[in-house]
Amino acid sequence: MSTTLPHPLHVGERTNYLNADYGWKSWLFTTDHKRIALLYLFSVTAFFFLGGLFAVGMRINLLTPEGIFSHDTYNKLFTMHGIIMVFFFLVPSIPATLGNFLIPIMIGARDLAFPRINLLSWYIYIVGGIVALFAIVQGGVDTGWTFYAPFSTTYSNTHVILAAVAIFISGFSSILTGLNFIVTVHKMRCPGMTWSRLPLFVWGHYATSLIQVLGTPVIAITLFLLGMERLFHAGIFDPTLGGDPVLFQHLFWFYSHPAVYIMILPGMAVISEIVPCFSRKAIFGYEFVAFSSLGIAVLGFVVWGHHLFVAGQSMYASMVFSFMSMVVAVPSAIKVFNWTATMYKGSVSFETPMLYAFGFIGLFTIGGLTGLFLATMAFDVHVTDTYFVIAHFHYVMVGGMVMAFMGGIHFWFPKITGRLYPENWGRIGAAIVFIGFNLTFFPQFILGYLGMPRRYASYAPEFQMLHVMSSAGASILGVGYLIPIIYLTWAWRKGPISPQNPWNAKGLEWEQSPTPPPTFNFDVPPVCTEPAYNYSGEGAEVGLG
Amino acid sequence: MSIFSIFPDRASTTAGQVDLLYTFLMVVGIVMTVIIFSVVAFFAFKYRRKDPTYRPKAIHGSLPLEITWSVIPFFVMLVMFAWGTKLYFQNYTPPRKDTLDIYVVGKQWMWKVQYPDGQREINELHVPTGRAVKLTLASEDVLHSFYIPAFRLKHDVVPGSYETYWFEATTPGRYHIFCAEYCGTNHSEMKGWVTVMSPNDYQAWLQNGVPDESMADQGHKLFDRYACVTCHVTDQPEHAPPLTNVFGHPVQLEDGRTVIADEAFLRESILNPSAKVVKGYQPNIMPVFEGQINEEGLLQLIVYIKSLSDSTAAPETHRDSPAGAIPPAKPIHKQ
Repeated sequence: MSTTLPHPLHVGERTNYLNADYGWKSWLFTTDHKRIALLYLFSVTAFFFLGGLFAVGMRINLLTPEGIFSHDTYNKLFTMHGIIMVFFFLVPSIPATLGNFLIPIMIGARDLAFPRINLLSWYIYIVGGIVALFAIVQGGVDTGWTFYAPFSTTYSNTHVILAAVAIFISGFSSILTGLNFIVTVHKMRCPGMTWSRLPLFVWGHYATSLIQVLGTPVIAITLFLLGMERLFHAGIFDPTLGGDPVLFQHLFWFYSHPAVYIMILPGMAVISEIVPCFSRKAIFGYEFVAFSSLGIAVLGFVVWGHHLFVAGQSMYASMVFSFMSMVVAVPSAIKVFNWTATMYKGSVSFETPMLYAFGFIGLFTIGGLTGLFLATMAFDVHVTDTYFVIAHFHYVMVGGMVMAFMGGIHFWFPKITGRLYPENWGRIGAAIVFIGFNLTFFPQFILGYLGMPRRYASYAPEFQMLHVMSSAGASILGVGYLIPIIYLTWAWRKGPISPQNPWNAKGLEWEQSPTPPPTFNFDVPPVCTEPAYNYSGEGAEVGLG
Repeated sequence: MSIFSIFPDRASTTAGQVDLLYTFLMVVGIVMTVIIFSVVAFFAFKYRRKDPTYRPKAIHGSLPLEITWSVIPFFVMLVMFAWGTKLYFQNYTPPRKDTLDIYVVGKQWMWKVQYPDGQREINELHVPTGRAVKLTLASEDVLHSFYIPAFRLKHDVVPGSYETYWFEATTPGRYHIFCAEYCGTNHSEMKGWVTVMSPNDYQAWLQNGVPDESMADQGHKLFDRYACVTCHVTDQPEHAPPLTNVFGHPVQLEDGRTVIADEAFLRESILNPSAKVVKGYQPNIMPVFEGQINEEGLLQLIVYIKSLSDSTAAPETHRDSPAGAIPPAKPIHKQ
């Protein structure tokens, strides 16, 4: 390959997916899952920082009880924060980036089953994202990311339709990604890659894909009905037109609660790879971790009503949803216990990915337990729609998913870029994120129980101290996210060259695929000869030491 | 409320029960968190890497352990479920009798409160201690949620239907009312105060501004103004069902069903009379009042119809209640 930069040896002598071709066409028209994964990585990172900017605005506004911005501005800030973070960052974050990059390599395939559909899904995502940005530039939306009717259909004077169209479009990207993963896992596994040898990363994404394919059409239908009522006054949700506002909540949460598992299962999938690698030990209870993902995917569809305990649904329906919400916690707990047990009698080291995994286990534990609190109905009546709920789902979504995303990015950074990141900066960044996160969100649990409602542009003075603490923590958290951006960008260009398997990790992506991988992932057709996470070297010996 | 307290003011019989449940949840949560954190920390330290070439022996799992750590937490969760559900049903099921009924209408961005004796307030709610108060919540526009943190209670206010909950206040004082369901620009300004008073103070407050008309009287006026009175006449039941002794009683419908005539039924029958037609009557005779009558007027009409029913006429029993001299909730005796 001809390049102008004085590349280090192995990049110069090997052709890989990054240097196989240059120029914008080779990226924008690529069907290589790894390049599409990078397109997604840059896009979701951009949306993450955009959503983060809205959060900065919110935390600044909440420094004083009266607020700094106008009420309308604040309402738009939290709405756009929610829409961008949920639909344009969290849902695609791990599946479309790490999942896209790794699933084919992990199962020994040269690409996903439908490479062009994979590219199409990115374009659909980008079109949806552009519509969302257009909605923001036009003046934004003020309905909250939940779009509750009849406010969204009849009363809001903001760009509800634009935002709904943006989410409607991007949903198809999610469906196509899920469909692609399901077919790939079924049809593209290499010789020897049986279902019981699948890495748990793949199991987690398989479960995620099922939810994406089955759940996402429902949010599309819901938003379509919302549009019909807003534009043509079809009486679906607004009682003055003969509709039922609670129906909207049922439809919305029928997708949006399973979507919570779209957001967390890939995070669990990442942790299930990191913990065995840095414990040098096979995962404890492989089958339980794998099937708990499927259990969560299935049970996740029958708990949506726990968002409606105070909304006017039947008390007996609430009772069933409360019970099912308790049940769905069991597979999540199983995962946490199995990760912990994996370290038992292992050989544990503390590189950055493992620190993020520790952070994930700790914060997800708190997020999950407070989820049980909220499933307890009489408790939920007091704290629903308060900061307690905000704190709970940020512990799961940010403390869980974003920690896993960061851990995964660091773990596979050498694989993706062929270079190593600075380990000490990584550890410092992980520590700052962990501290900043807790300072930001722990006070919100207390605020919530004290009665501070969510989505308040101004608040009673007695809540100020806790809000100031939270805003101060958020500034630390912001620094924690900027540090990795700086050193990872640097390492991408200038970091030391990575060996093929810098972590001595198991798995086809490390052991049989060059680093960074060539366009078709393997130099010789891969064969799987051993169970996943065979760190002890039982049976067939393939270790690269 | 001390700024260091994690509990807000406790001012209802429910508040202490919810706080007790919260304490139980916190104990479970803290115990679980401490166990997981310390085991993770212990394993991470005890089994930290000392020899980079060391290959630990694989442990593939343990069925008894998996069952243990699935079943034990599940039983703890069942306790949470049972406790939370019991308290939830208790808090959302008003006592059948002797409630002081107060009517709340939410609209962007204020709370309008009506009392049976005819008093009205905006963003203020006055209640006595020691008396079960039943709130009937209605919305004129979008979703709201009537939230009183000191009582640990809230319920969404849903346009197009009535939602209710009840409480018994225990401690005199002034406590926040918040709108907890996002409702547009000034959502965070849609708040007010609930003033809890001793029964005597409450009585004094009631008599301080006695209005000319009770809520039922106001409803009676509307009943005349909307010409309901021309058809709904007790001694001429051929045009329309008479309304005496209807509220709280079962009603046979034309399609064979039987429903209890509660607030929701009366509301629907006024706004959209053909939805449920009483047996023996024709649909499409009564005009549709949807959009003709506001939520407050509708509540007054319903209170009037309630006052025509003897099922609520139990004024004497209130004299024996702890609230002492408080007038009855349903002022039927004023008719």
